[in-house]
Amino acid sequence: MTIRFTNDHEWIKLDGDIATVGITDYAQQALGDVVFVEVPEAGRHLTKGKDAAVVESVKAASEVYAPVDGTVVEGNVALADEPSLVNTDPEGAGWFFKMKIKDMAHFEALLDEAAYKSFIAGL
Amino acid sequence: MRYLPLTETDRSAMLATIGVDSVDALFRDVPEQARLKGPIAGLSNHMGELAVERHLSRLAAKNVTASSVPFFIGGGAYKHHVPASVDQTLLRGEFLTSYTPYQPEVTQGTLQYLFEFQTQVALLTGMDVANASMYDGATGTAEAVLMAARINKRNKVILSGGLHPHYREVVETTCGVMGMDIRAQAPDWKNAEDLTALIDGETACIVVQTPSLFGHLRDFTALCDAAHAKGTLVIVVVTEVVSLGLLTPPGEMGADIVVCEGQSIGNGLNFGGPYVGLFATRDKYVRQMPGRLCGQTVDADGKRGFVLTLSTREQHIRREKATSNICTNSGLCALAFTIHLSLLGEQGLTKLARVNHANAVTLADKLEAVKGVKIVNDGFFNEFTVKLPKKAAKVLSKLAERGILAGVPVSRFYPEMDGLEDLLLVASTEVNSLEDMDALVRGLEEVL
Amino acid sequence: MAMNNQGRDSTPHAVTVDGEFVTFTGNKALQQEEALIFELDNPGAVGVDLEAPVTTKTRLGGVKTRASVGLPSLAEPDVVRHYTRLSQKNFAIDTTMYPLGSCTMKHNPRLNEKMARLPGFSDIHPLQPVETVQGALELIDQLAHWLKTLTGMPAIAMSPGAGAHGELCGLMSIHAALDARGESHRRRVLVPESAHGTNPATAAFCGFTVDTIPAEENGRVSVEAVKAKLGDDVACIMLTNPNTCGLFEPQIREIADAVHAAGGYFYCDGANYNAIVGRVRPADLGVDAMHINLHKTFSTPHGGGGPGSGPVVLSDALAPYAPLPFVVHGKNGFDLVEQAADAKGAKPFGRLKGFHGQMGMFVRALAYILSHGADGLRQVASDAVLNANYVLASLKDVMSASFDGPCMHEALFDDRFLKGTGVTPLDFAKAMIDEGYHPMTMYFPLVVHGALLIEPTETESKQTLDRFIATMRHLAEKAKAGDLAHFQASPRLTPRKRLDETQAARKPVLRWVKPAVPASAPVGVAQAAE
Repeated sequence: MTIRFTNDHEWIKLDGDIATVGITDYAQQALGDVVFVEVPEAGRHLTKGKDAAVVESVKAASEVYAPVDGTVVEGNVALADEPSLVNTDPEGAGWFFKMKIKDMAHFEALLDEAAYKSFIAGL
Repeated sequence: MRYLPLTETDRSAMLATIGVDSVDALFRDVPEQARLKGPIAGLSNHMGELAVERHLSRLAAKNVTASSVPFFIGGGAYKHHVPASVDQTLLRGEFLTSYTPYQPEVTQGTLQYLFEFQTQVALLTGMDVANASMYDGATGTAEAVLMAARINKRNKVILSGGLHPHYREVVETTCGVMGMDIRAQAPDWKNAEDLTALIDGETACIVVQTPSLFGHLRDFTALCDAAHAKGTLVIVVVTEVVSLGLLTPPGEMGADIVVCEGQSIGNGLNFGGPYVGLFATRDKYVRQMPGRLCGQTVDADGKRGFVLTLSTREQHIRREKATSNICTNSGLCALAFTIHLSLLGEQGLTKLARVNHANAVTLADKLEAVKGVKIVNDGFFNEFTVKLPKKAAKVLSKLAERGILAGVPVSRFYPEMDGLEDLLLVASTEVNSLEDMDALVRGLEEVL
Repeated sequence: MAMNNQGRDSTPHAVTVDGEFVTFTGNKALQQEEALIFELDNPGAVGVDLEAPVTTKTRLGGVKTRASVGLPSLAEPDVVRHYTRLSQKNFAIDTTMYPLGSCTMKHNPRLNEKMARLPGFSDIHPLQPVETVQGALELIDQLAHWLKTLTGMPAIAMSPGAGAHGELCGLMSIHAALDARGESHRRRVLVPESAHGTNPATAAFCGFTVDTIPAEENGRVSVEAVKAKLGDDVACIMLTNPNTCGLFEPQIREIADAVHAAGGYFYCDGANYNAIVGRVRPADLGVDAMHINLHKTFSTPHGGGGPGSGPVVLSDALAPYAPLPFVVHGKNGFDLVEQAADAKGAKPFGRLKGFHGQMGMFVRALAYILSHGADGLRQVASDAVLNANYVLASLKDVMSASFDGPCMHEALFDDRFLKGTGVTPLDFAKAMIDEGYHPMTMYFPLVVHGALLIEPTETESKQTLDRFIATMRHLAEKAKAGDLAHFQASPRLTPRKRLDETQAARKPVLRWVKPAVPASAPVGVAQAAE
């Protein structure tokens, strides 16, 4: 399984041609207690850099951007009842949505784990 | 100046602490040519309390007050009796001079009454949840239309011809600038419109009103079913909220959003404002709701308390992505509403509604006995439409000269439209005595 | 039982828990625990005596009546006591200094309340014949005259219901003016990053796109940064002046000229007008539209969040588009224009509110204006700015001032002085509560880290300011001395300690629901809503 990151603190894990997307541990810490998550429904077409999901803490609301172009295959419905999963298990059960990637080259071009780590170290 | 505590001695000492020699030096960033050297010309200088009272009392005395004459004007604002304890209680400085409850530990008073207000509004309208109020019923209606469009991502809006024309105009203005397609129907004074056929798969919402502008009562259950079948939301507007003490609430008819003008409970006429918009919806739409919301939680000791919540919908956090640009509610008017409704209680509200209806029925019966006068409505609550043998505006003026404020001529709302000139809206609430009614009857007999 | 010499029980029954004094009722003398009104239901009681209906006949046209509403029943004494007790859980200007930046929490004169309650203003209907409301129309006209003269602007729209509603009015006027010029392609609005959240929200509401202008190091907006963003698609700039950092924009004229030269308009957010009222006329700064929060500068009560009032002054270019209705001088006195067809050459963009505006607030604002007069209003701005600078000068050695003085009507600090202490601006604010002060505005504006924005207003005396300053110094030193625990446990003395906002947002409980079985838990103890 390959993992990539974006400067907007999203992680993307590839399994076959399906990518799972969520926000990083760094992002959930910065947000604080997550109280609401809105995930996209299956079939929605996503454009890289455009809104894909919404995550809200008590005092902040953030858009989660599509890391690459593609089509949503599943949103994580568990987050509707348990938004706290984003805090407790951001890179596991707190995933946001799964998508089919349009162009694999765009995925490869994202940050790898080392690059993301050095990116957040510089913040 | 009685409101400014600093003395000249204070000012000198403070300037010394700051390290400048004059207040003018503190304004150094203001461009030289924009700095005024003295008080603005053409305006009077400060006045004592007595002089201000004199000035304003003279202006007030030029107006004819509703309590001083037989008074039957409604049309979206209603003359009711407000118990003395309502105003006396809200005048407490801790309510009057507090700010938005952003610091919940020191504003539990405001937060708790907002929670009570939200519950009262939900109960009255028969809906799941309500917000902490809007500016007024008209702005609330525009916000409801925008909310419906956010929910089903559609653009077309149908406005009933029974909707108050000012509400229609506020929707056209506010939602029009957003590029929405607004289809306002012709004034429905005969209560004959059927909106079902107009609803299609592009329709975001349909806005209806009961009692309508013309006083007609409607059951929207079938309309709600038809709308929901097409994915369209139904917004029910109520401009006379006392009617909800007697009539089936919109929530029981299947409404998705209910907007009311809450002025009738707790608030005086005030020449049109400030009033208080009530806004209620279904649980599933809470996150698309505009305006402030108060919610229950616990404090660090586990005690029940209240906070503003779901504020991420609002402008101070979402900025250009907010559900609305609103950043205030109508706090004191909501408090007046809450205190008055608490005083009325279940029994009082029901009785108040019945007294209103009984007075309107009595007046309608009396007016029908006047030659040439017809009551248009089959049913009504406390306001109905009267068809006169002459132009209503003229009749109204002549009655006003006789010291009777008889109602609202429909032509005031639709001056350019033919066929409405002889219609007069007449309201009768608990404040009208039988003597008032007889005065109106006699007056009409004289001028017709 | 031990009795004291006045015959009252003097045995202490109360116990202590963890060293804290606890009473049987949960009350703390003047601090009363208070249930929800619904939990005080006293079936059979009534708080209003109404006469019986004059007839039992109905004319409902066949529509159904409702079975019940579900409201509680109480007699008047219980209702009055309930709301009075609630009031005692609020901080207010009447009871404490309320230095909430950008909100202008000044004294609310009671004369204003008295005047607004004159039946001649409070008991008149908006749809009465105009002949019967000449005094009301004259009052609106007089207030309009004062506001136009104070700002130097030729026109005004009186109907907006609050500041944000006024912004909407201003931007819609601009929208209409651009359409009339055939320049509907101008849809970009420039907003500095320090702006109030309402500015971008309003621009988006009107269908504009928002383009953010970065702030300079000194907290101001530079003319170069504005020029870099200008283009023939720019509708307007929305600029707050004095800005949200409490600073006057020194390049305001150059910015206005540049925006005008590029074909755009200048919308000024008048939230901070209190700093310049009577000393600077916005017209002289090149403003095309500005809303005036009557509940800030002109002292109408904030009322726990409204009602506000937000008239908008307009330049000649925007005046024709002002919304309906408006007051004009007619042949037989004052008249009210309610229809576009009667607007005589003007092209009103529509209607913003149910009736004519917040009349009750107009009366209060005019009472305030007449009380101060042109000379007093000038003194208002002078004293507001003097008080803020005095606070800034007296605290800048212990708290970190974000920018060099002088400031205008508010003093901006940031959290550098708390660095290394673990104390956050929120903790610091909560400790102020126990000392009897309402906190300042925190975390706004966003352009500095951990903002603490103090606006004392002109109605605080030097004595009050000196006590406040001493308290701030004490708390700053306490934080630096490492007493983190004190701050994190604050506030301790309020009716409720810190509230769990996460729980409130995750599982929203937005109304009371009648419990299935009568609640047995004592008042004040958390209970499930369902």
